[in-house]
Amino acid sequence: MKLIVNGSPLEVEASDLAGALAVLDYADAVVATAVNGAFVPAGARPLQTLHDGDRIEIVAPRQGG
Amino acid sequence: MDFYGVPIRSRLLIGTAQYPSPAILADAVRAAGSDIVTASLRRESGRLREGQDFWTLIRDLGARVLPNTAGCHSAKEAVTTAQMAREVFGTPWIKLEVIGDADTLQPDVFGLVEAARILTSDGFEVFPYTTTDLVVAERLLGAGCKVLMPWGAPIGTGLGLNDVYALRSLRAHFPDVPLVVDAGIGKPSHAAAAMELGYDAVLLNTAIAKAGDPVAMAGAFAHAIEAGRAGYLAGPIEPRDMAAPSTPVFGRASLA
Repeated sequence: MKLIVNGSPLEVEASDLAGALAVLDYADAVVATAVNGAFVPAGARPLQTLHDGDRIEIVAPRQGG
Repeated sequence: MDFYGVPIRSRLLIGTAQYPSPAILADAVRAAGSDIVTASLRRESGRLREGQDFWTLIRDLGARVLPNTAGCHSAKEAVTTAQMAREVFGTPWIKLEVIGDADTLQPDVFGLVEAARILTSDGFEVFPYTTTDLVVAERLLGAGCKVLMPWGAPIGTGLGLNDVYALRSLRAHFPDVPLVVDAGIGKPSHAAAAMELGYDAVLLNTAIAKAGDPVAMAGAFAHAIEAGRAGYLAGPIEPRDMAAPSTPVFGRASLA
């Protein structure tokens, strides 16, 4: 499936968001996610089915002012 | 002093960005004695995982985290970022930034009020980064904010308190609302001046992180804020235009 992950096009073999995170090596990372601009809570990731062209944002804590 | 019912010991809130190294950041937070540090959310690489190390560092500091929505230019972006921050940082606190102008990083106060209303109704405890506009402040309080964070000057400029009159007006109008000067502070004297106006706290980042010696500067800010607060509580004199001799005139020898 062709997804846009953090702004970059990627071919990802996963049908839902939890599967995509596992394939992309985020399995145990502290991250938050959004699909097409909408927040997806961690508990809802397995239920979040993905489609070609979906935009996924995966973020983590970082320095900030 | 408390923010949303949480007692706060230090009146210096500091940002975690732009330090020369993670070790210097940690030392600066300790030197500042800050209870609260700000942090952001940024894209994470599954391979590099830079955010994971940062998160470990912040948790080890033992400070309460105030996540921000820095870089958001719409209420929708800010709300989504706040939702992600609440999950990752495990706090209902959010430093709400909705930027309206790329050059000055001036808040979009319309988007700010809109986002604040959405977030407070969803259980967030919002710390809005705002201008010194009195009416906007009223709207933010009406939207459910219980803390206000007007800017001193644009972020990162170090210009200090650009509009002392407006800051003083806010303090006078909202004597019971925790007020924090956020952004634009350059030197410890700026922070002391904010505290002398009766502000409850100061939030800054660049002035410490980009100083020649960030750890020493963090300590200097801590002292300045303590001094400014003590000065405010001690009741400063009113300024006047004409000189008034401090040494008694009566009893002066006649030597002419």
